[in-house]
Amino acid sequence: MTTTSFELIEGGSFHAVDATVGGERVRIAPAALERATGWALKPEGLCREAVCVPVRDRAALANAAGVDLAAFAAALGRPLALDVPERAAALGTPAEERSAALASLEAPDFALPDLAGRVHTLAEHRGKKALLIAYASW
Amino acid sequence: MPITVALDRSAEDARPWIEAARPTHPSLIDTEHVLAELYHVVNVPTIIWIDEAGRIVRPNDNQFGTDTFTAFHGKASGPYLELIRAWVNEGQGALPADEVRRHQLLPSAETQLARAEWVLAWRLHQRGRAGAAQRHFARAAELAPKDWTIRRGSMPIVGQNPFGPEFFELAKEGAPAYPMDDVTPTRVAPRAL
Repeated sequence: MTTTSFELIEGGSFHAVDATVGGERVRIAPAALERATGWALKPEGLCREAVCVPVRDRAALANAAGVDLAAFAAALGRPLALDVPERAAALGTPAEERSAALASLEAPDFALPDLAGRVHTLAEHRGKKALLIAYASW
Repeated sequence: MPITVALDRSAEDARPWIEAARPTHPSLIDTEHVLAELYHVVNVPTIIWIDEAGRIVRPNDNQFGTDTFTAFHGKASGPYLELIRAWVNEGQGALPADEVRRHQLLPSAETQLARAEWVLAWRLHQRGRAGAAQRHFARAAELAPKDWTIRRGSMPIVGQNPFGPEFFELAKEGAPAYPMDDVTPTRVAPRAL
């Protein structure tokens, strides 16, 4: 087990957290994990704002060294791309959550820059029809 | 209002096209594939109609504004541009909610994991860890074989030509399809590879 700096990518943000690494296991202190993801470990389970997710196997999720990242992702049903040697991981969005958001037909808002670096949102065009066109040079 | 979004690895990749087109509409750069995640964009170009209330009224549709590559993909731009004009001018062509839902492509657990793998790969690449990045790009491609935003979109990043031999090899598998392919009447010819 070694303590190391680890990068957790979540919702488009990059968080440097201290982690304890042993084999394929990465453990992160509950306070650091909460700062990065908003999820706190509480007696009733993993909680963020008003939402709590009960945790079946608490011993597998957390010990004195911290919260196991893979068990954390599994408890929340979130996809996890993990590279232990590179000290980095990306937490994704569950398919059910993304599918429900799309099926609501509410167009998800986003904020992206133009060539000059000015950030535009979809929401600022509310009240007009918007033709959203994704393209690429490839 | 058209809003164009380039899913490119840098603003510089998109700049020549944007400067040549001199758009008056918002023309945005999405190096992190934010739009791919939010709208499940599995190929480009992908067009989505959003009404005045911010509702999706015509879901992801792989359509084209010109006929430059019609011989390759078999879709004509003319009928689609007519559809857009009829929507803008007369409010036609927006689909009822149940039709939109029926023709949405939704992500699976595998394709969402593929997006996380892609995000990790792109970050590792930017940190100068090309070898590790390549492993995660490959993993993303395995998980989402029908996603060219992942597979073709990573070609320039890993030093492959997205119009070269690797692309023609990929194209043999057939391009990703959206359910709207069966709805929008733009098909003019079978795919010619």
